[in-house]
Amino acid sequence: MSQAVVRVVNVTKRFGDLVAVDGISFDILPGSTTALLGGNGAGKTTTLSMLLGLLLPTSGAISVFGVDMLRDRYRVLGRMNFSSPYVELPRRLTVRQNLEVYARLYGLVDIRRRIEEVGRELEIEGLMHRPYGQLSAGQKTRVALAKALLNEPELLLLDEPTASLDPDTADYVRGMLESYRRRSHATMLLASHNMSEVERLCDNVLMLRAGRLVDRGTPEALLKRYGRQNMEEVFIDIARERRLELALDRKQANP
Amino acid sequence: MSAPQRTGSAAVWRRIYALVLRHMYLLRSSGPRVLELMYWPTVQMVLWGFITLFLVKQSSWLAQASGVLISGVLLWDVLFRGQLGVSLVFMEEMWSRNLGHLFVSPLRPIELVAALLVMSLIRTLIGVGGAALIAIPLFHFSIFTLGLPLLAFFINLIVMGWAIGLLVSGIVLRYGLGAESMAWVAIFAVQPISGVYYPIEVLPSWLQAVAYALPASYVFEGMRAVLFEHVFRADLLLWAAALNVVYLAAGVAAFVAFFNIARTRGQLLQVGE
Repeated sequence: MSQAVVRVVNVTKRFGDLVAVDGISFDILPGSTTALLGGNGAGKTTTLSMLLGLLLPTSGAISVFGVDMLRDRYRVLGRMNFSSPYVELPRRLTVRQNLEVYARLYGLVDIRRRIEEVGRELEIEGLMHRPYGQLSAGQKTRVALAKALLNEPELLLLDEPTASLDPDTADYVRGMLESYRRRSHATMLLASHNMSEVERLCDNVLMLRAGRLVDRGTPEALLKRYGRQNMEEVFIDIARERRLELALDRKQANP
Repeated sequence: MSAPQRTGSAAVWRRIYALVLRHMYLLRSSGPRVLELMYWPTVQMVLWGFITLFLVKQSSWLAQASGVLISGVLLWDVLFRGQLGVSLVFMEEMWSRNLGHLFVSPLRPIELVAALLVMSLIRTLIGVGGAALIAIPLFHFSIFTLGLPLLAFFINLIVMGWAIGLLVSGIVLRYGLGAESMAWVAIFAVQPISGVYYPIEVLPSWLQAVAYALPASYVFEGMRAVLFEHVFRADLLLWAAALNVVYLAAGVAAFVAFFNIARTRGQLLQVGE
């Protein structure tokens, strides 16, 4: 078995009396795309934040590429990247200026070439001289993805990568992510509410509810286990705390 | 494999430069921002310049060194702009909701601190330098006639400003943008006891003890020694420098401590306008 790119062991995060993440453990294998699913407040963003080292867990251990993220995160941050519609880039800077700043932060050697490459890949060449703050939501998402791909990360963490995008742009972004994974063999972890996205992109699913990891498996295995036709129905089953046993009963009644 | 990246000290300088570049782009993109940097220092200088023109005829003390009030206001602005430069540049990252991206990059908090200090220096030089130059034709007074001591005064005052700016930035990170007014008001708590416009000896004795815990008090006493007695008091500057080492270390430590608290409380992704 390959060594896990991400290893999470019994991680808990408390905010006062609130337990946001409750003793979760999982591994993410190299080259896989994993979805982190759950309703609002299930603990997805908290989990992503802890994986990135932006948030310290109350207890437990997190390692990325075999490095302890609580003690040594700077050793691996250059091999990772992150995109979220909820974290902005400086609005008054142009797209090119933003990408240049981040290329330097990641210590890239050939900045101009890399910016041109991601510009072509994300089809944002025409936006390079426009201030980031003047872009539409879809354009901002593409620029944020360009920033996330600048260092050609081996581990890409995405928080709702297609939130608030029209279906055409969302489809484009998913295609882009598929293409990046094929080309780079990168490992991806994405938090999403879009189940068709999960079915299309992900080969593994982690289901969170109230901070706990309540189920996991491939999309196909989860569909089979819950006796459902699509991941949206599985998501609702889990989010509404329908018991697995009931789901199995239903499947037996309607084989 | 990730894209080829620089490592070691070259990468450290590159990250600091990247953040400085980010704020220079911002500054360059807006003429009003540059003018705003010079606006208040110039207004203050003009105000104290006219007060000087009036008082110099009324006061024998002022007549001995007519530039003392303008020097005071310009040097005070070094302290104030130094602090404000650190705090505003940091808050710019909070306003633009950019901290999450910054801190998932290899940027270390201490590198962010270094970039804040560089930007503060640039902003202070533009703001106070502009006002100092305007004072020459307007009031026939050049603060540059202080000579080399001016450099020592400048360094000590801006370092004290940095220390307070880092503390304020840490507080804003910890308590959110609701605390941002601290950036504009915090430093004025020390102005009455820094001896900007009058000697420390006019303060009650118990307050003099407090005043001498501030590096700025030694600088302004030193400034008056140069202007009135034409003497450079190295002892005063050494006291200021020694205190500044403590102040700056405390400012950096406070910022890093507040950053770690923010990491514990999940505030790095939640900040915004």
